[in-house]
Amino acid sequence: MQLRDPVHLVSSRAVAYWTVRAVPMWILVLVAEFFWFSSSGDRTGLRVAVPVVTVLLAGTHLIVMPRWRYRVHRWEVTSTAVYTQSGWLVQERRIAPLSRVQTVDTERGPLEQLFRLANVTVTTASAAGPLRIHGLDAATAEGVVVELTEATGRSEGDAT
Amino acid sequence: MNDPGRGLNTSWRRLSVRMLLVHPVREVGQAIPALIGLVVAGRATGDGQMRWLAPLGVMLVIVVSVLRWLTTRYRITAQQVQLRTGLLRRKTISTPTDRVRTVHVTASALHRVLGLAKVEIGTGSHQGGHGLLLDSLRVVEAAGLRAELLHHSAAPSSDLGGAVSSSQTPAAPPLRAEPVAGAAGPGRDDTELARMDPRWVRFAPFTMSGVLGAVAIAGVGSRLINQVGVSITDVGPIRVGVAYARHTPLWVDVMQGLAGLAVFVTVLSVGGYALSYWGFRLTRHPEGSLHTTRGLLTTRATSIEERRLRGLEVAEPLLLRAVRAARLSGITTGLKARRGADGGSSMLLPPAPRAVARAVAAAVLGDPTPVQVALTAHGPIARRRRFMRAMPVPLVLIVAAGVALWRGASPWFALVAALSVPVTVMLAADRYRSLGHALAGSFLVTRSGSLYRRRDVLDCDGIIGWNLRQTYFQRRAGLATLTATTAAGRQRYAVRDVRMPIALSLADHALPGLLDDFLVSAPAPVTG
Repeated sequence: MQLRDPVHLVSSRAVAYWTVRAVPMWILVLVAEFFWFSSSGDRTGLRVAVPVVTVLLAGTHLIVMPRWRYRVHRWEVTSTAVYTQSGWLVQERRIAPLSRVQTVDTERGPLEQLFRLANVTVTTASAAGPLRIHGLDAATAEGVVVELTEATGRSEGDAT
Repeated sequence: MNDPGRGLNTSWRRLSVRMLLVHPVREVGQAIPALIGLVVAGRATGDGQMRWLAPLGVMLVIVVSVLRWLTTRYRITAQQVQLRTGLLRRKTISTPTDRVRTVHVTASALHRVLGLAKVEIGTGSHQGGHGLLLDSLRVVEAAGLRAELLHHSAAPSSDLGGAVSSSQTPAAPPLRAEPVAGAAGPGRDDTELARMDPRWVRFAPFTMSGVLGAVAIAGVGSRLINQVGVSITDVGPIRVGVAYARHTPLWVDVMQGLAGLAVFVTVLSVGGYALSYWGFRLTRHPEGSLHTTRGLLTTRATSIEERRLRGLEVAEPLLLRAVRAARLSGITTGLKARRGADGGSSMLLPPAPRAVARAVAAAVLGDPTPVQVALTAHGPIARRRRFMRAMPVPLVLIVAAGVALWRGASPWFALVAALSVPVTVMLAADRYRSLGHALAGSFLVTRSGSLYRRRDVLDCDGIIGWNLRQTYFQRRAGLATLTATTAAGRQRYAVRDVRMPIALSLADHALPGLLDDFLVSAPAPVTG
């Protein structure tokens, strides 16, 4: 018996979004290195090597991380359950029955609005089990929220 | 949204405009330190160029408030309550109307002066900041909203009407601590499930709280002595003791010190045990609730509604296990997950003989199997993982001792480092022995831990969902940690390092049907 992956990938624009979001951190690192070396003495080897290594690391991270995330982050909503998969080195799959869903939230930061993306968070009565879908297409997210709230509205009880 | 009628106002509504008077006042108040900073900065530069900073700050706060008013909207339809907030970071919270459990209406002094009230709509979700907060509405509107929510949720589900109608209290306070004389005191037709046997105090020295209590008292005592200004060597008996210690060999001192410490811990922990658990009694009321009463000086009575009980935890810390004792606590909904060993008020049995604990657990659950059933072990890979994960500690200690010796430190370091190896190995072996799970009747049973071993018995009805987590190493070993999420107790109960197919079959049997759509029988090709 095996658990298959959730059916849907998130929006492909998420790759670009994750890349852009990671850029400022690396710029900060480079700027910090620039100031560090401009204030210290003459160690030419280090002055060249460290920024070069940093740029290489940054390039690898910016190329690998978003694509890896994009392949792992998946989601699915059936008539009875929500199923998400997320993570990178540590991967987590979460399943919650629709009958136990408490709230459905969407959130869009400024950068995400630029990329027309949205996050959907499905909370249950347990503090341990919010299901998050990052990087969904905004229109898809709206659809998911409508679908989820209608489905959860049909089930009765207080879902604890 | 289609409106099923019934005269509902399903359009988007805004907060009261008067909130513009509340928010700036409050936020300017919060921003006062920053504003003072700005004013000082304005002064310090002297030439007046920075003087506009403070008014600008005030303006900014006001603009933010107005924006918040403009962007915050809510609506109530037959199916759901929705709240929209945010300009740059847009957020929509939706919750089905019949999941609304509580409606809190509160008003601070400032609110009251302006005729406003704050409405907080609770869904029972424990997520911090995930409630729907409407700050602020006019008092009339707030009252109307409460009535509206009550009206809505009364229709689809019958048992929630009562909960929503109460404005200030949560749906049903499941646990109450009140004096024995109170209404919750045990009555005549109660059946007694457990009663403290005075001999149980012998377990006190083997509890962590006993040891910690003794350490705390010693700490406070030494500080008191310091504050009084007496040097500890001035105290008669101690001076005699120190003089005596100078004339005896070191090992005698160590042995005597340990013996003294043992007596000290024993006396204090026995006292502590008696103070909190003396006269302990667990009874069941025929109308479906459990009551505990306990305490020597302060008596405490606690009631637990059985319909809020989702299972129980059998705690067997290493020391207690050594003297064949265990402790019980209940897994109940409605209380926030508490920190600390024994979630306080949901305690069902103080440290007591294991047989008693098992009998009480069986009586509480109405089924003896969950606490007696032999657990399925998690196999050789899980065992290897226990050892692999334990190794870093002695490795670090040995390397550190090596460095210390090389620098000429005392050989005692080497001894400690060497001793850490067998201790770690024994702990890892014990951790593996503890690891196990089972499905017993309608209960999911999982056990783990060594220094603090716990058998969790969770009613499958109380399981809200599954988290299946795999680290990189677990993926390579084909293991997973299956966590059952629940609204009760610790909120999560994990089955650690179990083989993937077993985890899936366990989840499938505990909540039949939930996984059906996502399971495939044949090994699927790796996608994506």
